[in-house]
Parts: sequence; C-alpha cells; structure tokens
Amino acid sequence: MVKVNGIELDIAGKTLSEYLAETDYDLKRIAVERNGEIVFKAEYESTVLEEGDNLEVVSFVGGG
Amino acid sequence: MINNDKLIIGGKEFDSRFILGSGKYSMKLIEAAVKDAGAEIITLAVRRANTKEQENILDYIPEGVTLLPNTSGARTAQEAVRIARLARELGCGNFVKVEIMRDSKYLLPDNQETIKATEILAAEGFVVMPYMYPDLNAARDMANAGAATIMPLASPIGSNKGLATREFIQILIDEIDLPIIVDAGIGRPSQACEAMEMGAAAIMANTALATAGDLPMMAAAFRQAIEAGRRAYLSGLGRVLTRGASASDPLTGFLRD
Repeated sequence: MVKVNGIELDIAGKTLSEYLAETDYDLKRIAVERNGEIVFKAEYESTVLEEGDNLEVVSFVGGG
Repeated sequence: MINNDKLIIGGKEFDSRFILGSGKYSMKLIEAAVKDAGAEIITLAVRRANTKEQENILDYIPEGVTLLPNTSGARTAQEAVRIARLARELGCGNFVKVEIMRDSKYLLPDNQETIKATEILAAEGFVVMPYMYPDLNAARDMANAGAATIMPLASPIGSNKGLATREFIQILIDEIDLPIIVDAGIGRPSQACEAMEMGAAAIMANTALATAGDLPMMAAAFRQAIEAGRRAYLSGLGRVLTRGASASDPLTGFLRD
C-alpha cells in the first residue's frame, strides 16, 4: 500500500505519472513529496511507487 | 502611491506597502480585494490538494502580484523548510513567509525555530520573511541568518486587537536594518496608520478584512491609512509638548485696546 495524503491506496508498482493520470489533480497546480523529499515534475515518469511509500500532494490555498 | 518611495524586498521593488492575506474569504473576492488594496504581494498557504476541488486560488490572483507562501502548519524548523520547498516547487517564485508555531491556543511564533529555518532557507536562495514575536535579539539573529525582512506581530493572530507590542516593534524599527513589516493582529486602518507613522515598512493584514462588513471597501480603507501613515513618517511627525500649550495663532494684534 502507498499512503497518499494520509489515505492508503493500492498503487505500489505504478509510476507517479500513471497514478496521477488516474486522478483529477490539476498537474500544473500541485507539488509532490515522496517520503519527505520533493519529486520534481521531470521525475514523475521515472518514479515507481513502492510498498510503504508516503506521498504528499499539495497545492496553494488561501492563507495569511 | 508615493513617487520614488519603493519597498525593496529580495531585490524586487514594490510601490504598495500593503501585504494582503487571502485566508478566510471567498476566492471570488480576491481580485476585488487586491485591486482595492492596491496590493502587490499576497500571502497563500500550502495544504494537501483536494482532487474534487477544481477551483484553484491562483486562478483568482491578478497577474503581476507577487505570491508570498507561508509555512503555516509547521511546528519545527524542519517542517517549515519542507513546506517552503514544496511552495517553491509549486512554481510561483522564491518568496516565503516563515511561520512556525508550537502553541495552538495563542498561535505565537517560535522564534528559535524560526531563526533555524531562516538560515536554512536563505542559504537555499529563498527570500525569507520570518514572522516573529518582536524580540530584538531574535530579530538580530534572523537578520544575521539572512532574512530579507522581519515580520513582528502586533497582537495575537486573528485578534484584530492592534499594536499591543508597540514599544517592541519600535525597537526593531530603530535597530534592525531591514524592512520591518507589521504582521498579525492589526484590526483597523487607524492601527495600520499608526504602525506606518512609527516607521514600519509595510503592513500585512488578513482577518481585519476577512471579518469586515465590506471586504473590498475595508481593503481600500487600509490602503489609504497605510499611505497616510507612510507620508506622515516621511514628512517627520510634529513634536509633542511635555506640558502646557503652544498657540497656533499670532500672539499680537488682538482686537482690544
């Protein structure tokens, strides 16, 4: 299982690109962190998600 | 706008001295708020993305406005550094407002952790604007760590209570050779004006607008107050008598005898 924003998903083995393509995240508006390290956009295709990975997918919201 | 009176942060020039927060109000009001505030910098937060939410705040911010992501939610320097890096990866520049809180009741910033995060992020090329409790020693450490500005709080976040830390902010203005931007707690235009008269470089406000009856109108009121305070500061305030009075009218030529 891979944790995405705190939720366990059965996506180990997929690339990050493949996973994101299945979602409706706006790719221009997100940043991704894997196990505490940023995954740069150019690395989405070559990043294979592994069992136990922890992903954070973030975007901007209103704030002070 | 006052001619040739620029606010310079991280090598970037700004005419406006009003930094606008974007929290706690509708995205649809952002454009009007920016316009009526005359703001050139707007703060944002970084949060987990929601796939179902198609609207993105960036679609509502007019072009040319500098984005200032904050590190809200961070409890340590390391967490703030993570959030700052993610914010930069979101592709909207390298400004960051470092905001680190351990205390969820009073939301007071942790100056020690903020100094650490400032040092790390400045070394990575960020334009670091630390939010802090107004303490001269901590502000000096932040300046030495590479801060671009210092952002002391006026009173607790979201309280609209005004310049509770007035004397200590004045010390920072007098002693720190960086723009001092008063952040948090400014609730009314008159308080913003007072901070600008004291020599603050800019004002950051969010809740004062978000909780106002008419947000764009309040944005305009803040803009005018900040400009008035800035002009008063640049002109040099008139002196205050310790006692007695001083007539404004001639003391000769009275209509008697």
